[in-house]
Amino acid sequence: MTSKYTPNEMMTIAAARALKNEDVVFVGIGMPSAASNLARLTHAPAITLIYESGTLATKPSVLPLSIGDGELCETALTTVSVPEMFRYWLQGGRITVGFLGGAQIDRFANLNTTVVGPYAKPKVRLPGGGGAPEIANSCGEIFIIMAQGKRSFVDKLDFITSLGHGEGGDHRSRLGVKTKGPTRLVTDLCIFEPDPRSKEMTVAAIHPGVTREKIQENTGWPVRYADKVAETSPPTARELEVLRELHARTARAHGEAA
Amino acid sequence: MLRVLSLAEAVESVIRDGDSVAMEGFTHLIPHAAGHEIVRQGRKHLTLIRMTPDLLYDQLIGMGCADKLVFSWGGNPGVGSLHRLRDAIENGWPHKLEIEEHSHAAMANAYEAGAAGLPCAIFRGYIGTDLPKVNPKIKSIICPFTGETLAAIPAHRPDAAVIHALRADRTGNVLLEGILGVQKEAVLAAKRTLVTVEEIVDDFGPRSLNAVILPSWTVSAIAHVPGGAFPSYAQGYYTRNNTFYKEWDAISRDRDTFLAWIKTNVLEQGPEVFAMHARNMRPAAE
Repeated sequence: MTSKYTPNEMMTIAAARALKNEDVVFVGIGMPSAASNLARLTHAPAITLIYESGTLATKPSVLPLSIGDGELCETALTTVSVPEMFRYWLQGGRITVGFLGGAQIDRFANLNTTVVGPYAKPKVRLPGGGGAPEIANSCGEIFIIMAQGKRSFVDKLDFITSLGHGEGGDHRSRLGVKTKGPTRLVTDLCIFEPDPRSKEMTVAAIHPGVTREKIQENTGWPVRYADKVAETSPPTARELEVLRELHARTARAHGEAA
Repeated sequence: MLRVLSLAEAVESVIRDGDSVAMEGFTHLIPHAAGHEIVRQGRKHLTLIRMTPDLLYDQLIGMGCADKLVFSWGGNPGVGSLHRLRDAIENGWPHKLEIEEHSHAAMANAYEAGAAGLPCAIFRGYIGTDLPKVNPKIKSIICPFTGETLAAIPAHRPDAAVIHALRADRTGNVLLEGILGVQKEAVLAAKRTLVTVEEIVDDFGPRSLNAVILPSWTVSAIAHVPGGAFPSYAQGYYTRNNTFYKEWDAISRDRDTFLAWIKTNVLEQGPEVFAMHARNMRPAAE
């Protein structure tokens, strides 16, 4: 198959490739869940996926709509209580990768999922932090997956829900945080990685057919590029097939037309 | 011996106007039938505590039962916004709602501290976030042994906890399985407890030696409400009704549509309507 694929599929596949067989991943719902399960169904069959509902090493055959669908529990190695999940497994330092999405992000990969506009008089009240504030600091490193756009990739966040690299540089360690924070931001256009010194998210790879102009048009700050920018390998036939089957199974299970 | 109350009697005896109430269930076993009964009884001025307000609190907030919400993630999982919650926060409808916002880790720790009889929860949290700027209950404490600064928030000690469980036995012991959320902690942290159950059995029968069981003497009232977690689910009884969660988006978006739905499906009904959801998927043999 030589085929066409959507920017969303490229994003999910590029994010999945970042995960390794030996990773223990704290999985957010939505795109992080699709990417994590794609990794498990392709190159990382032994990966450990953990959802905050307490399901450890879960292997869902369809993507859950919520963070606690029965499918997650039924296919898990074991299920622990939510306090145990956050205390022993997350705060205890057992997770290698936290996989997050968000509503808004800034150039240092701080995330806002709380509010647009002033907190006391919001323009848009978003759902809030959920597990993210502690996931962001307790996991070994953080991957973020988000579609790019001027409204979501903003110069200044109205609210910091979870810490990325703060104000940049060594801000995380000055706050006493020992983990790496966001090491990869995968979008529908490109892949960002933090600059080693400034920690500003910098384009390291561009998806096939995407221009630098397009990346800039969809980013609310002047985009910086790594010295050597790679081109993301396009999806393989197998990656696309497994992802599409996963989405089709999910749609059938949730009672929708595939 | 267990005296099973009707849901109406159970809510009357456990939940009072002005109470702080924790209705828990993390995606699984959300006590929706009990929420409907609270709406029918017109409870007012409640402080509602819950990690994920979900459709349950969207309904209570939209009906004006709550003065305050303590929470950590206020969306419709996998769907989008909770429109009644947003309308209350953004526009003060049907009246102003005070919010106390936390993270999941904070809420889970606060329930556990409540269950443990401690005044506060201590954990490594909130570093670099703006939440402490908008929630004065988020403070810090210095570890006397290492000097590390840790987050501290008050323990949850609700007046009442409400949960939905799988089974109660004839003595009134309650059994939970599957995704457990913070229900055990919420029950043990609360002054009074209401449990609705799918099924009442003579005996729990063969079970894991470490099964999660709340002894009868930790529970104030039990009501038998099959299907009472719909549109959430009960492991082994019925699955999560994801379609209804999606439909709720349209029902709740508009104030009048919401009020009409509540009138038809809550105010003019009783808890027995939940039974049809339980019947849908009862396993053939277990």
